[in-house]
Order: sequence, then C-alpha cells, then structure tokens
Amino acid sequence: MPAATAEITPRTPIQEELLNSLHAILPSAAVLFDAEEMRPFECDGLSVYRRLPLVVVLPETVAQVQAVMQLCHRLEVPVVARGAGTGLSGGALPLSNGVLLSLAKFKNIIHIDAPNALATVQPGVRNLAISQAAAQHGLYYAPDPSSQIACTIGGNVAENSGGVHCLKYGLTVHNVLMLKVVTVEGELLTIGGETLDAPGYDLLALMSGSEGMLAVIVEVTVKLLAKPERAQVLLAAFDDIEKAGAAVGAIISAGIIPAGLEMMDRLAIQAAEDFVHAGYPRDAAAILLCELDGSNAEVSEYIMKVRALLADSGATEVRTALDEAERQLFWKGRKSAFPAVGRLAPDYYCMDGTIPRRQLPHVLHQISLWSQEYDLPVANVFHAGDGNLHPLILFDANKPGELSRTEEFGRRILLLCVEVGGTITGEHGVGMEKIDQMCVQFRSAELEQFHALKAAFDPAGLLNPGKAIPTLQRCAEFGAMHVHHGQLSHAELERF
Amino acid sequence: MAGDITETLQQQVQRAAAEGTALDIQGGGSKRFLGHAAMGSALPVRNHRGVIDYDPSELVLTARAGTPLAEIENTLAQNAQMLPFEPPHFGPDATLGGTIACGLSGPRRPYAGSARDFVLGCKMLNGTGELLNFGGRVMKNVAGYDVPRLMTGAHGTLGLLLEISLKVLPRPPASLTLIQECSAEAAIARMSHLLSQPVPVDGACYHAGHCYLRVSGSALAVKHAHEVVGGEVVERPDHFWQQLREHQLPFFSTANCIYRVLVKPATPPLPLAGNWLLDWGGAQRWLVSEEPLARIRACVSAAGGHVTRFRGAPDGGEIFQPLGAPMLALHQRLKASFDPHCILNPGRMYANL
Repeated sequence: MPAATAEITPRTPIQEELLNSLHAILPSAAVLFDAEEMRPFECDGLSVYRRLPLVVVLPETVAQVQAVMQLCHRLEVPVVARGAGTGLSGGALPLSNGVLLSLAKFKNIIHIDAPNALATVQPGVRNLAISQAAAQHGLYYAPDPSSQIACTIGGNVAENSGGVHCLKYGLTVHNVLMLKVVTVEGELLTIGGETLDAPGYDLLALMSGSEGMLAVIVEVTVKLLAKPERAQVLLAAFDDIEKAGAAVGAIISAGIIPAGLEMMDRLAIQAAEDFVHAGYPRDAAAILLCELDGSNAEVSEYIMKVRALLADSGATEVRTALDEAERQLFWKGRKSAFPAVGRLAPDYYCMDGTIPRRQLPHVLHQISLWSQEYDLPVANVFHAGDGNLHPLILFDANKPGELSRTEEFGRRILLLCVEVGGTITGEHGVGMEKIDQMCVQFRSAELEQFHALKAAFDPAGLLNPGKAIPTLQRCAEFGAMHVHHGQLSHAELERF
Repeated sequence: MAGDITETLQQQVQRAAAEGTALDIQGGGSKRFLGHAAMGSALPVRNHRGVIDYDPSELVLTARAGTPLAEIENTLAQNAQMLPFEPPHFGPDATLGGTIACGLSGPRRPYAGSARDFVLGCKMLNGTGELLNFGGRVMKNVAGYDVPRLMTGAHGTLGLLLEISLKVLPRPPASLTLIQECSAEAAIARMSHLLSQPVPVDGACYHAGHCYLRVSGSALAVKHAHEVVGGEVVERPDHFWQQLREHQLPFFSTANCIYRVLVKPATPPLPLAGNWLLDWGGAQRWLVSEEPLARIRACVSAAGGHVTRFRGAPDGGEIFQPLGAPMLALHQRLKASFDPHCILNPGRMYANL
C-alpha cells in the first residue's frame, strides 16, 4: 500500500479497512469522513456536547444498514444511530472511534392502512408527516413532541418521546405496534406485530426509549387514532402558581382527562408572548392551557365544567379560544416556549424531571430559591397533567463558570425530582446528559441488570456505548463527589 | 390482611438459586390453565399483599403483587376510578401480580390500552434473588430500559413481581351498549369503520349473529354516539361485558380447546371451521374448532396473526405462537440475563425458556 498522505489523520489498520469496506457497501456520497462534511452530525439538540465521529454513513436501504452493521460487528467498531438529531440529551453524540449511522434517507411512508388504523413508515419520516398523510382518512398519530415538525419517528421510538397530549393519549410506547430492527450482528428482526399484542416477551416496550442501545430501527408501524370531532382549549390565568397547581388536581379529581394540560410560569409566559404574540396575559404568575377533545356535545359539556373548576380554583381570568385559529395560537405559544425562552439569554439549559403532581409547589419553590442562589433565571414550563417539569435555566456560556454553575443547578433539580418520588427524565432521555444522575435514580443492582439486559442484545457493547446506562465505576466516582444526606451511594464499590 | 413478606420471598428465591431448583410462582391460581404445566416447588405470593400508595388525584396506584384484583378494583371504584385495561379475573382469587404477569386485557383494550400500557413501575426479585426497582410512580419516565413493561406478560419467567405501580383513570360517567343483528363480515366492516370515526367506542364484539358496541363518556357524548351508531340498547350491559371478559358466555362452555386468535381487526372471517366469537373490534377472536392445530396456525399466520391455545389444549406442542429461531435465541439470552439459573417458572411460557 502507498504511504498515507500527509493531510489525512493517521488511521489504524482497522479504520482503514472500515473505510474501504464502507465504500464497497455504500455509494461514495453516502460515506462522509471529511471533518467539514461531518460537522452537521457532531451534536444533537443538546449542543453543549460535540464530537466528530470517525465516519458518517447515510444508507438508504435496509440491506445497506445490515451490511454496515455486519461490517462494524466484524471489526468491533461502535455505532451510534441518529434520526433528525433533535434529541435533547446527547443520545446521538458521535463517538470519535465510531460510525455515525444516519437514518435520514429513510423518508418513505410505506403504507397507511385505514381499515386497521395503522401506518407503516420508515424511521426517517417526520412525526408530523404521519398525521398529515393520515388526515385524508380522518386519522392522526397522537404523540406530538414540541419538535414534531422536525423530529423523526425512529428517534421518537428510540427516546420514547412524549408531547403535550400524553396524559390522554400516552407516549410513543403506547402508540407503536411493530418495529423492524437490525441487530448488532446485522440480522433483521421484527418486533411486535400488526396485531394488538405479539407472542413472547414485550420487546417492543423494551425497544421504546432504549436510546439506540439495543438495535437499529429501520421500520415503524404506528397506531392511528380517529381525529376528534372537536378540540377546544381554555386558557386560565392565576396570580399564584400554587393555585394553578391546585386547579390541575381539581380537574383530574372531577374525573376529566383533558387532551392536554400545560402550565407556564411568568417568565415563560412573557417570553412566549414576546415571541409569538399568543395573547397570553403577561402579568399572570402562571397560566394553564387545558385542551378538551371529543364529540361536540362532550366538549361543550366539559368546557362548562372546567371553566367552573378553574374559577373555583381562583383563576383571575378564563378564556376559551374563539376559533381554531386562536386555539392554534394558544398552542403555538406553548410549543414555542423553548425557542422563546432561548431569546432571553445567550444560552438555556432545559431540564426534564417528572414528579408526583402534588409535589409541584414544593419543587417550584425550591427551584426559585436555587435560582436566586445561583443567580440564574429559570422559566418553567410544565406538562401539568402528567407531572413532567421542564425548568429552563438561562445562562451565558461565554461567562466564565456560568455553564458549570448551570449544570450544578440542573443536577440539583434532578436530584430533587428523585427525592420527591419522581424521575430524572420524563421524555428527553438519559443520553450523555443525565448519565451521572442515573447513579442516583438506580442502585448498583439495577444498573447491573440493565447491563446484562443490553448484553443479551449486544454482547460486545457496540451500540451507542457509554450512553444511557452508566458503568458502576462511573457511579462510584460520581458518588464520591456527591454524598447525599450523608449516605454514600454505591458504597460497596471501590473508589477510584 | 396486609403483609410485606419480601424477606421471606427473597430468601426462598436465593435458596432456590443456590440449589438450582425450579420455582412455581403462585398468585391466586386463577390463570394456571394458561401456558405449559408448572414444574418446581410452589412459591406462593398471595400473602404479600396490600395497597401501598393511592392518591386518586395523581391517577397512580401502587400495590403488592399478592393483592386481590377485586380489592384493587373496589378501592378504585370507591373513587370513581378503574383499571382501564379491564383485566379478566378468571376466578375470585385473581391477584394483581398474576394479572400483570399474564398480561391479559379485557374488552376495552383496543380503545384504552393493554395491561402493559398502564404499568408504570415494579419492585421485583430477579432469578438470583436480588431486589430490584424499575420505573416509578409517575406517568412519564424514560430513565433506563422499560423493565416493568417487559415483566408484563412474561409469565413470571424473568422475575418475581413484588410491587406494581399502575396508571388508573376515571370511570366514564355514562355508558350504553348497542346491539345490531348482522353477519360477521358486516360486523367486522362496521367495527373497523368506527376506528376512524370520532365516536367514544370502548367495547366492540360480534357474538351469535349480533354486533355489540359499547360507547362510554359523558352523558351527552353517549347520547350523541347512540345517534351516530344506532342499534338497540342492551339491558344490563355490564353483565354482558363481564361475562365476555370472564369467559362465562355459553360460547366458552366447551371441553374442546379454545384458541385465542389475534389478527388485524379488519381481517375478513378466516376460513377455519368452528365457532367464532370476535372481541376487541375484531382484533381478538376466540375459536372453538376441531381443525388440526397446524392448519389453524398456518391459516392465521397467513393472515399476519398468531394463535394461543388458550384453554383445554391437549398435551404436546407449544401453547403460545412458536418463535422463530433468532427470536427464541434472543428470548433465551434475555431470560438468562434475569434468571441465570433458570429457576423462575421454567418452561411455563415456552418449553425452552
């Protein structure tokens, strides 16, 4: 072989073989290894973590994905799968010694099966595109993460994405019936089925939210629902966030399950209002958006009930969207909350804890105290119906020390969520971001079980290694730094 | 009545793991007919019981696995709530643990979701007797692999369930059951058509020449749905759905094998001789047939479905739809990752699992 040219970074013989073999499997345009070409793949939606992979591949057939996996398996090269890259936890962060496998070219809607209310699509199909394709049959795909115009269904399954309608319609795991996946060995497997349950273990649940650790998703069959005859949204303003929290409990205790039930605090309200002019009351301490859907008659009945419940809970103002345009506008404010808050500061850091709803006043109070302590403003948006809290910490990464202060603040919020009986992530996933907090959420025994489970799919640990589930050693190091209530977590482990 | 016997159970599993003896996990015994015959020493879980946490406004209930299902349903009913997946009991002694381990759901399943859809978290023992906690008591939680849902329907082969947290929902304030005489083809077309209509159907069944539709929601919603759907109002509808759910309709009184056939709901009637009852809007079909098993499996597989020999299966052959070789191998590796000594309900679900 000729000597390596000077401008190419020296590669190991295995990396050379990998690149040569990838070129044999894929068209040359589908293999990127130039740093500038790979730049768009260096991070996902959590851009504080960036890294270039060894190579980016963009296959467009299942056979190509299988061939890539067979090759990587043979050469023991790690693989990180990626959808649209809108994830918020660094789950698609590349590995410098690994392949970044983009599913972006898998964009076809394969089949809308209206009589069975199913859609079969490729993983790179955008979430919203499924509902758009199903609309002609009076059907839609229910989970609607805020990024639904950009995020893809494959990524949704990998992260078990939620959205603003989860309380009534569930998460991704509740709305997927069948997957085709490519295993780490390059074998094609069907998981679940077009029937309402499938023989054997519920691997479909296991794949949902598995963050690319178990297999590569190459086809997804989702359940479609009938579009409700009517959806109506109420906006209620409160002068006290605790009253808004109590109103949520009152609605649910009355036996009403709204299609969406969202809360925003003052900073989030003002940011959204300035950004999209949704008509939110700027002076309110909190607003609730309560969407009711169903038949015309039912929606009318529940609107009256919810209006009364909101008034009884001390709402200073209750408005019903006058028409579909205003309903969309009310939601636009909420769905734009992240970018809207993003305009208030050079950077923001979005947290994703879930708590039992009754803990909301306590948790929000503690967050506001920490906000003062760290001198970092926080805007809160809250999927109030299902207890999923998104505090957005505003900071400036260019100010020395501010990023690390923000991260410490964020970690304390997540630990608080665990302490009150909740979880470190409701819908954004663990990825790279919350890997240390997993050591607080779980003990060594559970983490070991997770590793054993992964090994059943991926014995060599080639699929997205280092994400989602921390090693025990990592937890031991983390535990040594964060002694909690005087208790050393993972005390049985050696300290390094 | 309430009791926490975690320690005793843990010791029993640890001892069995050390000795390599198989355990036969027993709840209320109401679903022992399902699956291969149990082998191993009895491990009763019934005394591990009691509701641990239930705050109706949080829509979450946590109970020990041995808690009678009836007790949980009563507790929920007192707060106008329910288990949305309408689980079959198949006997007065059904426990929560057995219900989740078997993963069975009742008539509301296609419209509300299955048992596993409502499982939020579990405390369990794996096959080495380690006490493990997965998931939680909140509705949205993506920390770690979804082990609680993996346990659902695993028939105790991956772990011994100790505590289960479930999402619960308000009971609909009103409900009507509407009946129409029609052919199976017409019923399938009707039930399939309703999947894309904004009508609050939460039960759809075809039985003895009649299509039964249950619509539930607010009083006005139900009245409106009746106008859209049509049909005669059934008296004592709860009785019908309960008898369907519990296999107490005369259809199920047979000494022959009852097959559970799952297909896509719009699948036309299958060319298999025998008696059919269609539940789940056509997606779950019960068959009493004297056709050979191989022919039944082949016919259903050709339609994209699968078959369980649910009750009264003669000895020999798999009970559940056999898995392909790569899938079976993956199941065996998963089983080994939870139960390396293969002591938890071995062979109960599949012969080699």
